[in-house]
Amino acid sequence: MSTRYLPLYVTGALLSLLFGLGAIQFDGFGSMRVVLNLFSDNAFLMITAIGMTLVIISGGIDLSVGSVIALSGVLCGLLIGEYGWHPLAAFALILPLATLFGAIMGMWIHVYKLQPFIVTLAGMFFARGLATMLSEESIAIDHPFYDAVADFGFSLPGNAWLGTSTLLLLLVLVVAVLVMHYSRFGAYVYALGGNHQSAELMGVPVAKATIGIYATSSFLAALAGIVFTFYTFSGYALTAVGTELDAIAAVVIGGTLLTGGSGFVVGTILGVLMMGVIQTYIIFDGSLSSWWTKIVIGLLLFFFIVLQKLLNRGRVQHA
Amino acid sequence: MQESVLALENISKTFPGVKALQGVQLTLRAGEVHALLGENGAGKSTLVKVMTGAMRKDEGTGRMCFDGKDRDFTSPSEAQKAGISTVYQEVNLLPNLSVAQNLFLGHEPKRFALIQHSRMQQQARELLKQFKLDIDVTAPLNQFSVAVQQLIAIARGVAMKAKVLVLDEPTASLDKDEVETLFGVMEQLKSEGVAIVFISHFLDQVYRISDRITVLRNGQFIGEYITAELPRPKLIEAMLGKELQAMHGQHQPGCADSVDAPALFKMDKVCVKNSIENMDILVPKGQAIGMAGLLGSGRTEVCRAIFGVDSVASGQMQLADAPLKPQSPAEAIKAGVALCPEDRKTDGIIGPLSIRENIALALQARLGWWRYLSKAKQQALADKYIEELQIATPDAEKPIGQLSGGNQQKVILARWLATQPQLLVLDEPTRGIDIGAHAEILNLIKRLCHDGMSLLVTSSELEELVAFANKVVVLRDRRKVSELSGEDMTPQHIMQAIAEA
Repeated sequence: MSTRYLPLYVTGALLSLLFGLGAIQFDGFGSMRVVLNLFSDNAFLMITAIGMTLVIISGGIDLSVGSVIALSGVLCGLLIGEYGWHPLAAFALILPLATLFGAIMGMWIHVYKLQPFIVTLAGMFFARGLATMLSEESIAIDHPFYDAVADFGFSLPGNAWLGTSTLLLLLVLVVAVLVMHYSRFGAYVYALGGNHQSAELMGVPVAKATIGIYATSSFLAALAGIVFTFYTFSGYALTAVGTELDAIAAVVIGGTLLTGGSGFVVGTILGVLMMGVIQTYIIFDGSLSSWWTKIVIGLLLFFFIVLQKLLNRGRVQHA
Repeated sequence: MQESVLALENISKTFPGVKALQGVQLTLRAGEVHALLGENGAGKSTLVKVMTGAMRKDEGTGRMCFDGKDRDFTSPSEAQKAGISTVYQEVNLLPNLSVAQNLFLGHEPKRFALIQHSRMQQQARELLKQFKLDIDVTAPLNQFSVAVQQLIAIARGVAMKAKVLVLDEPTASLDKDEVETLFGVMEQLKSEGVAIVFISHFLDQVYRISDRITVLRNGQFIGEYITAELPRPKLIEAMLGKELQAMHGQHQPGCADSVDAPALFKMDKVCVKNSIENMDILVPKGQAIGMAGLLGSGRTEVCRAIFGVDSVASGQMQLADAPLKPQSPAEAIKAGVALCPEDRKTDGIIGPLSIRENIALALQARLGWWRYLSKAKQQALADKYIEELQIATPDAEKPIGQLSGGNQQKVILARWLATQPQLLVLDEPTRGIDIGAHAEILNLIKRLCHDGMSLLVTSSELEELVAFANKVVVLRDRRKVSELSGEDMTPQHIMQAIAEA
């Protein structure tokens, strides 16, 4: 029991510590506004990372998410900005297409027993290439719906704003937690990560589950791409380069085992927040180079990987 | 009772180079416990896998009739849905999920499309009560002992409410009370009309619980018997085979059974943590010593200790009058030990590399990486062994993964012979290879002894051990229980020593 939740507690404690440190040092750091900005600035990364959490818990990896974000953005730009579609119609086309894209990767992984790493790497190149081919230029999106989206939200005390992207993220988070802990699909995700062969022998529909996992990841990445266009009012093929690695880092910092079988969606949110808090800290400080973010994230990753290794070793001796 | 729930007829299954099953049949009737017996490698596990959808039978052979319909399951989940539930020999559950999740994975109680954890845990507790297990069902499975995990696996099989329940060696890790509890549950299921397939090495248990027995040997169907009408010697004969008597006369080791041959290797009161205890084994120079015992009896563990894979906690080993204390396989190789491991696929061959490279590997390791074996030397070495061991291949450059099991085994043997070891340890050298290669490997063992090499060989095929070994050591529960030589060394005696509980 304790070892399962321990990485989550560690991340939570580190996060509170860092946030507390910032709040003591800087005026205005420890405010509702900063907290909500952490969510709204990182909503697209959190949505992507939630999908990545599923994939990693199942024992896989999805390198294509950054490119899918870009492709989804470019398609938004093309359909809405160039062809004048209503955004909702565009979303209704883009999201199923992305889901299909993920399903195909999942099918390849299952049917041909391929490494998820290599299949999604192929997916990454494919989606990025397709996005660039569709448009090398950034396409502006100018639509009343986008203005409405930007204006929609709730004002909270402390000059804080609960906007569309944060609300969307919270919805995704609630659904993801329900799916992971209260649905059969969620149980299958953990089962596959625990022991693929046992899961199969226990009657887990491995094909359906694998396809479903990668389809979900791509769906969420495309959704994140749409959310990204809410920030930028444009679609551009070179956005979100390397986002897949940020997502993986967040998942690991959030306490999910890279080998699969153990982890929590909520942990991943903490992981992204951790990365966000470091960034905010550096901005508030003003004198530090922003590259310190990467250095600290690198150190944190080391720390968490070693922590996981130690916890796992303890577990093996137990058995 | 007479109604057959599941009937398998004329089932065959071929792996590259091996016929695992040839025209096997099995008939299960509702409300019976049907024991499926045979030596290791007889084909029991393969048959179980075929009937539960984990493997496909050979195209176009045989038929499987379940519940009055012809069926051919393509996946375990399909078989489970139809009503065949299986508990495999190794615990096949999920270490990272809770006990309750393991019990109900895929069948969780739901309300409004959501899993009801509280009800699932309640049901799990009730289910485990039948097995006299009072444990925290929310704790992850890997916190529990193998015995408890085994019981949980069986409970899962029971919870499926299957028509056919297959238990493959369910009692291997259970103590006496736990076995009694299990038998109680089996009786209960029997009265509910479930057909149970019971696979076990423990003949006492087979006689205690089963109604009928089907015996397999070397992938072939030997017979179906009513347990009460089959005396034990007849059963053992069916399992070991009539040829046994004929084989018995052919005790022809490669070197005379001389009692006073100088010892080459000695194991003295060796203990390994969580493994073998007080193990004494003596291998005289130029002799072959056989090691017999069931799976988990300590055979493989002895080999691992000699080869430096597991470290020895107490006791001594000696090789050629010098103490042998290998901390790693590399050190053991340097000292003159070679080991052909039991699981060729995972521990032995490197599939994509050529025969030449596979053979040169161990010698290169012994020489150290700085003294590189030239390709010409590797080639000469490979050609020498291809000829000597009659490895069937067009040339030495063929990837080893493409050879048959028997030829792969010969390549592994060549790899170790190239290091010119003093002691050669062979763990199940003839498992899963065809009859022809089988005989060749036995002959090779004899020839090596004749040339003065000492061998320690484990094998589940007792007639084979008797044929080449100068002495057979019998292991049970990770201890040595008997040592047989001369007149006493017969498959029946070995079997008895293994089976005594």
